[in-house]
Amino acid sequence: MVKLTKDNLVIANKRFNSRLIVGTGKYKNMSDCAKAIKLSGAEIVTVAVRRVNITDKKKPLLMDYIDPKKITYLPNTAGCFNSKEALRTLRLAREIGGWKLVKLEVLGDKKNLFPEMIETLKSTEILTKEGFKVMVYCNDDPLMAKRLENSGASAIMPLAAPIGSGLGILNKVNIKIIRSQTKLPLIIDAGLGQASDAVMAMELGCDGVLVNTAIAKAKKPFDMALAFKHAVISGRKSFLSGRIEKTLMGSPSSPNEGII
Amino acid sequence: MKKIKIKVNGKLKTINRNVNLSILIKNLKIQLKKVAIEVNGEIVDKKKLNRIILKNNDRIEVVHFIGGG
Repeated sequence: MVKLTKDNLVIANKRFNSRLIVGTGKYKNMSDCAKAIKLSGAEIVTVAVRRVNITDKKKPLLMDYIDPKKITYLPNTAGCFNSKEALRTLRLAREIGGWKLVKLEVLGDKKNLFPEMIETLKSTEILTKEGFKVMVYCNDDPLMAKRLENSGASAIMPLAAPIGSGLGILNKVNIKIIRSQTKLPLIIDAGLGQASDAVMAMELGCDGVLVNTAIAKAKKPFDMALAFKHAVISGRKSFLSGRIEKTLMGSPSSPNEGII
Repeated sequence: MKKIKIKVNGKLKTINRNVNLSILIKNLKIQLKKVAIEVNGEIVDKKKLNRIILKNNDRIEVVHFIGGG
């Protein structure tokens, strides 16, 4: 009998069955968010650090809907535009309850939301020295990806396209180059629009994908969550299965022998 | 009793003198295990809140996790 080997996603020595990471922003309400996460099968969710509303105590809390004991919270620095803000945010996140696995995202431009890579690199170095396991949102530049790796990043997370744009993977070649040069977990983060984008990311050899807007803002978020779940599994299997060579001419699927 | 003014999450609050941070958090009905706290830009140890006596013009930030990408 063929023994099936477990194909887990391993980040900073933690094993995950699902290769899909989902964001928890932009949903209509917390219960929709929790339902979509459940359907997506994701075991890691990104979360933001923000002020507690001290005037409205009835506001629903994320932790009441998504149990951090069952789902790994990945604190994210979304909305930070320099190293100082990002470091402050993640140090606070750690203080909430010992979170060390974090997502670093330092943005450089309010319109295109591209990452500010100099500040990102600087922050990665500091956070790693402080004992954080840093999953780094970055541009799709292989040279910068290498520098992040050398700075101690725990995962490289290049964008497919601008955050929330839904454009899909714009530079497949760069993603492939980054894949070929690193053994670190490579996760496509930001810019995916539909399930087939996730299939493509996985077929390029990525270890996982991170999706928020494409699910949360789909007309039917629950169905889209399910679509992404299957897309990631499908793309991963396809990648591991060893695709056929592309040829210019056709090759019949039925044997020529015995034709009547 | 003389009062002091502090800012909690950007909102001005007038409180009694000699109140410690632990009492303030309790009065605000904040669940300590779900938050992190800064006083004047410095993260404070949640186990030692009763040792921090609030002073006039202190800036308190109380943060937690919310939905995000």
